[in-house]
Amino acid sequence: MKFRLEKRDSRSTRMAVLVPVASLLVSFILGAIVLLISDANPFQAYAAMIKGAFGSQTKLQYTLVKSIPLLLCGLAVGIAFRLKFWNIGAEGQYVGGVIGITWVMQFWTFLPSALLLPVGMLVGILFGAIWGGIPGVLKAQWSVDETLTTLMMNYIIIGFAEYLYFDAWKAPRGNMGTVLYPKEAWLPRIWGRVHGGIFIALILVGILWFVLYKTRWGFELNMIGKNKRAAECQGVSIKKNIILAMLLSGAIAGLAGVIDAAAVTHQLTKGVDAGYGFTGIIIAWMSGLNPFISIIVSVIMAALETGSDALQMTMKLPNAMGAVLQGLILIPLLAGNIFIEYRLLVIKNRKEVTA
Amino acid sequence: MNMLDFITKLLAATLAMGTSLAYATLGEVYTQKTGILNLGMEGIMLMGALAGFTTAFNTGNLYLALMMAMLVGGFFSLIHAFLCITMRANQVPAGLAITMFGTGLANFLGERLGPASNGYNLTGMNIPDKFSNIAIPFLSDIPILGALFDVSLLTYALYLLIPFAWFFMYKTKHGMVVRAVGENPRTAASMGISVSKIRYIYTVIGGMLAGLGGACLSLSFTPSWNEGMTGGKGWIVIALVIFSTWNPARVVIGTLVFGGITSLQFSLQAAGLKMVIPSQFLGFSPYLITLVALATMTIINQKKKGSFASPSALGTSFAIDDK
Repeated sequence: MKFRLEKRDSRSTRMAVLVPVASLLVSFILGAIVLLISDANPFQAYAAMIKGAFGSQTKLQYTLVKSIPLLLCGLAVGIAFRLKFWNIGAEGQYVGGVIGITWVMQFWTFLPSALLLPVGMLVGILFGAIWGGIPGVLKAQWSVDETLTTLMMNYIIIGFAEYLYFDAWKAPRGNMGTVLYPKEAWLPRIWGRVHGGIFIALILVGILWFVLYKTRWGFELNMIGKNKRAAECQGVSIKKNIILAMLLSGAIAGLAGVIDAAAVTHQLTKGVDAGYGFTGIIIAWMSGLNPFISIIVSVIMAALETGSDALQMTMKLPNAMGAVLQGLILIPLLAGNIFIEYRLLVIKNRKEVTA
Repeated sequence: MNMLDFITKLLAATLAMGTSLAYATLGEVYTQKTGILNLGMEGIMLMGALAGFTTAFNTGNLYLALMMAMLVGGFFSLIHAFLCITMRANQVPAGLAITMFGTGLANFLGERLGPASNGYNLTGMNIPDKFSNIAIPFLSDIPILGALFDVSLLTYALYLLIPFAWFFMYKTKHGMVVRAVGENPRTAASMGISVSKIRYIYTVIGGMLAGLGGACLSLSFTPSWNEGMTGGKGWIVIALVIFSTWNPARVVIGTLVFGGITSLQFSLQAAGLKMVIPSQFLGFSPYLITLVALATMTIINQKKKGSFASPSALGTSFAIDDK
């Protein structure tokens, strides 16, 4: 018996749904093995995680609050991934956003307090866009490898943020963190802990879906990702689009940081680099770069994080379990993607057939 | 402290820091030479550091620890090879997946594999034995260069491994096969070479070396286990491969320069420079320098029309029946 792969005439929609769902299941099975090795009962652990993520109204609210920056980071990364620009710097662009809004909240005191939030958000978004734009320009102009530049820029801005909250912008009292933003400039909550950022994120999903699927620019980005040469022949400027896409990608990652700072932390402090930018990569990939599907995926990813925090409290298991499961999802997903474009043919041994 | 002493100490620190980087970079050079980009180095190194440390902690046997680190590194890169070669997945997200899974798993297991008395945590535990420096009499007394002869066995092994890796790649028939697979897999395949097999072999070897590089950290450089203790070194390795222009011999230069900058940064902090420059700025300076160097080198390379070019087939999947 032999196996052969044959290219499908068109992408299989059935597989495009089946593969991510199966990947999620496989990652839970593999995760169960990790739990067994580390001497824990997987059923109990998963039950504790589900309870910890959705078990009560407050827990559900925590999960939703976490899913907002995750969704935005997933969207941000997804735009760059569309043209196969590997932006792994959403983490740094997110931190850039937080630095931007904190700067306004702390030092632009001449503004009327009603303007602090909108101006702060704009400046934060701008910082994110700049931090994403630099690797974009480097890639577009001189084809400097973007995986490395975006990643190095993460370390730089995270170090800079550390300097700000430990040193330059440290509040007079306490040993780290800036002064809290003025209360009237906080992003209001709408349901328990869930804040207005959820509307911003959902509206953005709609806008992005329209832009990416219904406009000429979205079509151009897709074309660059699928076949650069063909895009060039059609007169699509690759340089311009890389820079534009990275400005937008950085801006959205910055927005994620801005929203979380304005609604949840209300300051720049330790833990600003919470890893949302990296989880965003998984979200983008798992949703097949589709903004609407990203919503579901980001809630799942957020649940893995809040669930693993609960795991640490109830079962004394390391909360890194969430990261293990998140990382594990990608592996079967990447392995399975081939079945979306190829069909597996089983060729029986000739002798057997003739026999 | 006089200048001579300072430089000798700096070189010693550079060698200690550079050893781990050199193993992993050498591994990645070989992997990339066959056309496979493995961005999973950060995760693989961290898993290697953990595997090495746990083994040494439980058995006290350092050589067994190195073997475990290599085994684990090989296993993780085998996953990468399977994704990229057999399943033809895009190599960038595949590598990211390995890094995310590897760092997550290492950090998880680091809090589970320790003794019950420490809450199953490995952090804060000590290993009975470590790779310490062995001074060669007389040679180690030479000013400055003496530092080269007062290093751990892991570093001494590199003095042999690097020339061997260079010789193997450029002077042997098998090395030519490796290069052919990365430069032009189609031609290599038409000459009867199994492209997939070569890519599998060197991706796994690359991962084993990265695991070893990780173990250098936990068994010699800072003999301990700490969550995320590789701290981005796996990514620096990817940059160092570019700086070495995919030549095993030049791996030395990159690792020495980077190890030097990092060590200098530590000694400047210790020397009180943080009064002038905030310690966080010194902390991210190696990454800033890497970024600037990478950009400069890429730009120069373009002006020179690609004299330091990467293997032509790097990052692309290959299947004989592809049209």
